Amino acid sequence: MHYNLTDQYRHQTSFLHGLDPRVKVITAVGYILAVSLTPEGAWWAFAFFFLVLCLAVYLSQLGIFFTIRRSFIALPFILAALSVPLITPGPVIWRIPGLNWAVSEPGLIRFLSILLRSWLAVQAAILLTAVTRFPNILWALESLKFPRVLVSTIGFMYRYLFVVADEVTQMVRARASRSARISGAPRRSVLWQGKVAGAMVGSLFLRALERSERVYAAMLSRGYDGCIRSLTRFQMRQRDWISLGLAGLLLIVPLGLGWMV
Amino acid sequence: MHHTIDVRDLTFTYPDGRVALRGVSLFVAPGEKVALVGPNGAGKSTLMLHLNGILKGQGEVRVCGTRIEEGSIGEIRAAVGLVFQDPDDQLFSATVFDDVAFGPLYMGLPEEDIRSRVQHALEAVELNDYGDRVCHHLSGGEKKRVAIATVLSMDPEILVLDEPTAGLDPRARRSLIHLLHDLPQTMLVSTHDIPMVAELFERTVVIDEGEIVFDGSTQSLMADRNLLAQHGMEIP
Repeated sequence: MHYNLTDQYRHQTSFLHGLDPRVKVITAVGYILAVSLTPEGAWWAFAFFFLVLCLAVYLSQLGIFFTIRRSFIALPFILAALSVPLITPGPVIWRIPGLNWAVSEPGLIRFLSILLRSWLAVQAAILLTAVTRFPNILWALESLKFPRVLVSTIGFMYRYLFVVADEVTQMVRARASRSARISGAPRRSVLWQGKVAGAMVGSLFLRALERSERVYAAMLSRGYDGCIRSLTRFQMRQRDWISLGLAGLLLIVPLGLGWMV
Repeated sequence: MHHTIDVRDLTFTYPDGRVALRGVSLFVAPGEKVALVGPNGAGKSTLMLHLNGILKGQGEVRVCGTRIEEGSIGEIRAAVGLVFQDPDDQLFSATVFDDVAFGPLYMGLPEEDIRSRVQHALEAVELNDYGDRVCHHLSGGEKKRVAIATVLSMDPEILVLDEPTAGLDPRARRSLIHLLHDLPQTMLVSTHDIPMVAELFERTVVIDEGEIVFDGSTQSLMADRNLLAQHGMEIP
């Protein structure tokens, strides 16, 4: 009985997999920032960013459509921006038939820009997690002076998400096994089912709380003193520095292009 | 005298008023391996949590000749390797390496030492190449072994294990018994696994309702069917 929350990491021996995780984290975050700061309607800049992404995906040897295929997960979040073309003032270019709602030109440009930005940013994040093991991402964040308490909180979350998911699976199975009904008996109300689900969430919370106390005791037993320490895992090599420099260049050029044109 | 466990007249009451230990006294000699048996809720785990100062009751606990006090707690925790029952509690790091390195890291050792200790600890439990593995993906038996490695890396003088064979399949249980047999440390092992007790431990301590009701040779315990039945144990 094991919940397999699919690990995002895909093992390969590519150039990208072999880079220092700090380089990858900085580049991915830098990419997301650069894409977000690119002005609306700078289509050439977006195209350039897309090419940069394609180059990275190519270097990862995961198959050129890898990130595109996974990026559809983030599609529902675009819904949040759906109202943008309708509420941005400007010349009307189209009216939604039946509803007669006006779609403005600057609104449409803004919406498409948001769409492209989020699509590119999501792919960068997908690629980062696919070519870097999660513990190494955490280590990179830590050595980049990300607050340690936050990093270790994320670390525990990653470790125990699976354990809690296992517990949920067990509870749901236990409930299903006892959810018998004599033929002809009335169905239980939604309210009653809600109560059962609520009680399950409550007991899951208590279990997690108790576990956290046991985990803390296990940490104390091995000398934990409240500060978080870690070992060095990677040393920056020449190719890491070169990659970092090249990546910076590839991000600054389209960003500058976007603002100048 | 080193490598000893010396508990004198230990009493512990949980915050909710439940008395878990009533005047427990126990002495374990250097290198001795002792089994701790008794029904659920008898106080086995509570007693074990006193041996490295996680819980503090009334009475005296001396480990390796040192009395457990505020000032000595760091030293004691390096000397006593406590392995929890549920390996998911024990293994809190993302990878096996990180977890086995945790103890030595907090002992303040230099990095090369930490790496070689992790290497040795994983070798001792026969999981040499497991450093990069993610804890969640291990089997039950592997998790138990890694849990033991996480304290072996601290090079403890005493091992305290809470139900090490619980939930293991026969093969994993067998290899764990071999491992416990081969480890040289002074050992206190709580368990419900009576066949393992008979096989591995010369001395057994029976605890029930917070009191030690038997402390002697495993052989004589196994012969005393009345006592066994009284405390809810069965001879296979």
